[in-house]
Amino acid sequence: MSMMKKLLISSAVAGIVLSANMASANTLKFAFQGDAQSLDPHGLNETFTLGFLSNVYEGLTRLDKDIKVVPGLATSWEVTSPTTIVFKLREGVKFQNGNSFNADDVIFSWKRTLSEGSDQKVRGSMVKDIKKIDDLTVEIHTNGPQPLMPSEWAWIYMMDKEWSEANGATSAANVKDKDANGYTLTHANGTGPFEVVSRQPDVKTVFKRSASHWNKDIITNITDIEFTPVKQAATRTAALISGELDMVYPIPVQDWKRLDKEDGVSALRGAEARTIFLGMDQSRDELLYSNIKGKNPLKDVRVRKAMAHSLNLDIIKKKIMRGASTPTGLMIAPQVNGFNAEYNTPYKYDPALSKKLLTEAGYPDGFEITIDCPNNRYVNDEKICQAAASMMAKVGIKMKVLAQPKSKYFGKVLAQNNYDTSMYLLGWTPGSMDVHNVLQGLISCQNKETKAGLFNLGNYCNARVDELQKMVGVETDAAKRQAYVDEAMKIVKDEVAYLPLHQQPLSWGVSDKFTLNQRADNAFDFRYVVKK
Amino acid sequence: MFSFLVKRLLQSVVVLVAVALIAFSLFKFVGDPINNMVGQDTTLEEREALRESLGLNDPFHQQFYNFMVNAAVGDFGISYRHKVPVSDLIAERAPATLELSIISALLSIFIGIPMGVYTAINRSGFLSRSFMTVSLVGISLPTFLIGILFIFFFGVILRWLPTFGRGEVVALGWWTTGLLTWSGIKSLILPSITLALFQMTLIMRLVRTEMLEVLCTDYIKFARARGLHERAVNFGHALKNTLIPVITIIGLQLGLVMAFAIITETVFQWPGMGMLFIQAIEEVDVPVMAAYLMMISLIFVAINLLVDILYAFVDPRLTIDGGSKHG
Repeated sequence: MSMMKKLLISSAVAGIVLSANMASANTLKFAFQGDAQSLDPHGLNETFTLGFLSNVYEGLTRLDKDIKVVPGLATSWEVTSPTTIVFKLREGVKFQNGNSFNADDVIFSWKRTLSEGSDQKVRGSMVKDIKKIDDLTVEIHTNGPQPLMPSEWAWIYMMDKEWSEANGATSAANVKDKDANGYTLTHANGTGPFEVVSRQPDVKTVFKRSASHWNKDIITNITDIEFTPVKQAATRTAALISGELDMVYPIPVQDWKRLDKEDGVSALRGAEARTIFLGMDQSRDELLYSNIKGKNPLKDVRVRKAMAHSLNLDIIKKKIMRGASTPTGLMIAPQVNGFNAEYNTPYKYDPALSKKLLTEAGYPDGFEITIDCPNNRYVNDEKICQAAASMMAKVGIKMKVLAQPKSKYFGKVLAQNNYDTSMYLLGWTPGSMDVHNVLQGLISCQNKETKAGLFNLGNYCNARVDELQKMVGVETDAAKRQAYVDEAMKIVKDEVAYLPLHQQPLSWGVSDKFTLNQRADNAFDFRYVVKK
Repeated sequence: MFSFLVKRLLQSVVVLVAVALIAFSLFKFVGDPINNMVGQDTTLEEREALRESLGLNDPFHQQFYNFMVNAAVGDFGISYRHKVPVSDLIAERAPATLELSIISALLSIFIGIPMGVYTAINRSGFLSRSFMTVSLVGISLPTFLIGILFIFFFGVILRWLPTFGRGEVVALGWWTTGLLTWSGIKSLILPSITLALFQMTLIMRLVRTEMLEVLCTDYIKFARARGLHERAVNFGHALKNTLIPVITIIGLQLGLVMAFAIITETVFQWPGMGMLFIQAIEEVDVPVMAAYLMMISLIFVAINLLVDILYAFVDPRLTIDGGSKHG
């Protein structure tokens, strides 16, 4: 073969390879209203940040597209005693820097969750000790029985010990330490299917598909991803329609019609696992914000029932949520483990009954109360409060709405400010996707020692429910556990501990060139993105 | 001159301290920073520990004193949200804002002044009337609305220009610029016009009014009588005398352009200091808010100082050590 021919052939081959590469380079550009707090996998326990990082980092277990717990970096686990769980680690898993994943990394990552600056201490402290049996087996000793540990640990991401040590990142990035290296704020090295190419906080984060990922069954054909936070909803929508972005979220529900009219884009709607509800102060002897002095009307179950029956959830759905919410009678969404449809019927809308109950309770002319409401946290939060206020007004309860930005709102109503509220609107997604999180955080009596009821802002308190919560927390038999859950939920409902409103809609705007999975906790998993 | 400078500098320091004090006392109304720094499951004890270690439990005067002592040496602490020193954050974001502000200022000067002159000379022309009408829109429509309309028209309908962001930037040392790439320049067009529009119309109307006044004066009549070219009269004589108040306003408005940039940056997702500030308010990132406010007030104070000094040079009737003498 002549030299010339050789050259021609090799350049032709190179050309083919090149064009093949070109054809397979698929880029997705997407935007969210804010940015992940940082790339540190243990820095903030918040859905967006953790969901964002789930594409780069993985835990021993992970959540699949329906938020069910499936094996992640562990292939299986076995409860060998009430406080011992043995995890078998997956073989051949590589971090993005090429290091192998092994038992030492598990122990290291766990210790890191307990370091100062970590916001994963609650999940980290479920575990008392981790013993390395061999490179691919760990024996985890929990603090008391922790049947939920494997699912909670889907959010505990595994880091490479050697990489972290080499980069001075053995503890989570810390806001107080001026000399902290902070390497993990903008750098990542996980085992996940995508790696971070570059990151400028609040401006742009670029990902690329990791060649070495262990799971070859992932359906995505995307090779590059560009993420930009875009704060203004109008700008996000415009960028999607103009084709500069392929996916943006959230889209205001008011913009759905607009997207439906445009070619090439559509609004992807679904039910989020977040339940929106109203809470009531049931512990103070006198309400902080009411005209009734010397007693607390909300302690009277008849008053709470009157409130429940005064709310027309269908009107809220139709007028405020544009038909996109799911009215609910339970404090958990259908996607949450422990959900039982039997108890999910909302309180009946019956203003006549409300008036009767109020009269019986001694408030024939109603009373005044102030409701605290965020105005930039949940979908149409302030409007929901206003709607509730006008519905309550019809039965005589004059509800004043105090709507504030979320940082002001949370600063006022949460524990650190002594639960300074008489009534409030809150939304909740259990991070573990299990009912126990709700029973413990929202429904148990406030208890500083056991840390239960931290978000039970109105301190609804029932001894039996407390007992059931503890039983649910340690019961491993599914049927028995569900029976406890059902009993607790029935009491909660009969006593009107809360006024559940709805599960709010998820609202993503997606270019028709892509298909993807909208997970019910609003996390965006790149594993399911496919370019058509 | 020296005593004047010392006096003005001392006054400036007092202004800065006052701004810091007012800003600082407002921060406690912004909300609770801890809540944005941790997730919902974080225990009360840990929240309390974090609060304590950040010094948020210290009495107000203690917090303020610590802030001033550190700020005096240029240390604004660590951002609660980004966990990096605030000065680094600001240095990283400053080029975006400065580039936007400077381009906008140039636009408003080089379009505003000629438009002002034109409308003054051809008072009843069709073009002048339409300039005046359009300027009314520019002065009365809020910036964010103009921005969104621009995005809608040029970004969504015509698809000529990007709807958000800064495009590709090139790093020149610590400075990043979008002026060297095509996408960077395209990205700059809409935000800079949005930001410039208000100043542009202000300058145009100011120039027009001043110009009309000057055109009626005796020396212009005399210049005309001398048979000078219309061009020489308008630009050589009239415009020159118009510019003194215009320069003052431009100087003072420069600080405002940077302050106005907050809104423009939010609408266009422009990664500058204004965006950083808005984000900081939302997340109650006190160190960032404090540093930004201090920086903006420093810029205002510096510009005012400079203008005062320039005044003395430009207008000899004003003396710098004892108020103005009326001649």
